[in-house]
Amino acid sequence: MLCESWRAKLDTYLDGELPEEEMRTFDAHVRGCPSCSSDALMRVQRKRAIHVAGKRFAPSAEFRKRVQRSIAAKPQRSLSMGWMLAAAVAVMVAAGVLTSTYVGTRSGRNRVFSEIADLHVETLASSSPVDVVSTDRHTVKPWFQGKIPFAFNLPELQNSEFSLLGGRMTYLEQTPGAHLIYDVRKHHISVFVFQERSLRAKLDENSLSPKNLPFNMETWSQGGLRYFVIGDASAADIDSLAKLFKAAS
Amino acid sequence: MSGVSPQSESFEALAMPLFDQLYNFAHWLTQNREEAEDLVQETYAKALKGFSSFQLGTNFRAWMYRILRNTFLTSRTGLKAASTVPLDSQEDGPELAVENENPETILMRSSDSGVVQSAIDGLPVNYREVLLLCEVEEMSYQEIAETLSIPIGTVMSRLSRARKALRDGLRPKFQRG
Repeated sequence: MLCESWRAKLDTYLDGELPEEEMRTFDAHVRGCPSCSSDALMRVQRKRAIHVAGKRFAPSAEFRKRVQRSIAAKPQRSLSMGWMLAAAVAVMVAAGVLTSTYVGTRSGRNRVFSEIADLHVETLASSSPVDVVSTDRHTVKPWFQGKIPFAFNLPELQNSEFSLLGGRMTYLEQTPGAHLIYDVRKHHISVFVFQERSLRAKLDENSLSPKNLPFNMETWSQGGLRYFVIGDASAADIDSLAKLFKAAS
Repeated sequence: MSGVSPQSESFEALAMPLFDQLYNFAHWLTQNREEAEDLVQETYAKALKGFSSFQLGTNFRAWMYRILRNTFLTSRTGLKAASTVPLDSQEDGPELAVENENPETILMRSSDSGVVQSAIDGLPVNYREVLLLCEVEEMSYQEIAETLSIPIGTVMSRLSRARKALRDGLRPKFQRG
């Protein structure tokens, strides 16, 4: 297929709206085609810029109160009506809370995953992706001291196919964290580490299954820290690196 | 003994978490704070009134956005804005341009939200709304189709045109520096 044919669907692909089978075929093409991957990167940056710029207006507290008062539950005159609808209240309020919680959590979760993917892509596209360039974990780990408000362990990579390229500071949802870059068979993998409590509101532990991402990703919580491992390497490689981190922590 | 209206209580629990994002969307549509407040207030009043017709389990967010948008379209500002939108017949064809390094992409990376905001402001209202629902609200195409009451195919072609129009709008801004 010519690149023009792929490009026609590139935005749909980045919106995560292609059928599952087509998403996989697209993944394979974008990874192997410098022209399409460069094009995809530009579009991801544009999506990110619009996302940030689009959150522009906030309502005043006074206006919020005014609307809330206007829709707030009012005392009822009819007691019998209240009893008749008591069961409905319980069901509807529960459903309301569940629905709004689900919608809010899903939206927040997707945003976190999408931002992690963006951070990974943007960093690799940068001319200086890492601030501390070293393959030695004993150099990289101390570099973060004083820069981020927590400590973490880096795995021993001897007898593994992974190599450490370096690290940098990063931010997710206004939270500082560590970003490490590893290499495996010419694929780059990002590992992000943040404090779990800073992201807990955005992530639902029971349904952490990122979907529609053009990368493989694993995430878990351990010792109060939230880890993300993401990259275009195989799911098995992502899993292997995740296991090394889990064993080191 | 006094009770509360079950309808109001459940509506409030569902609707208030959407308040900030609905207001942001309303302000983008009206481009005016007072009109945005009127629009949001009217949306909540209409939604509360029609809440008995809303089926729990269906998409409440799309339902609220649809009310807000329909209310906007019947307002004076909305009618004026709708009179200048491109026709759907012009909305065929995907965007094929290659996104290589160019002034617009450099600009996008500069994190200058003001410039991007100004370009979004300059879009016709039907492009602005579909772009915001996709990129800011992160709605699925299905959800956007429900909100705008248009087929998914039209969502895709309109989104494509909106993205192209935004790029075109950013170029002169970059050239002016």
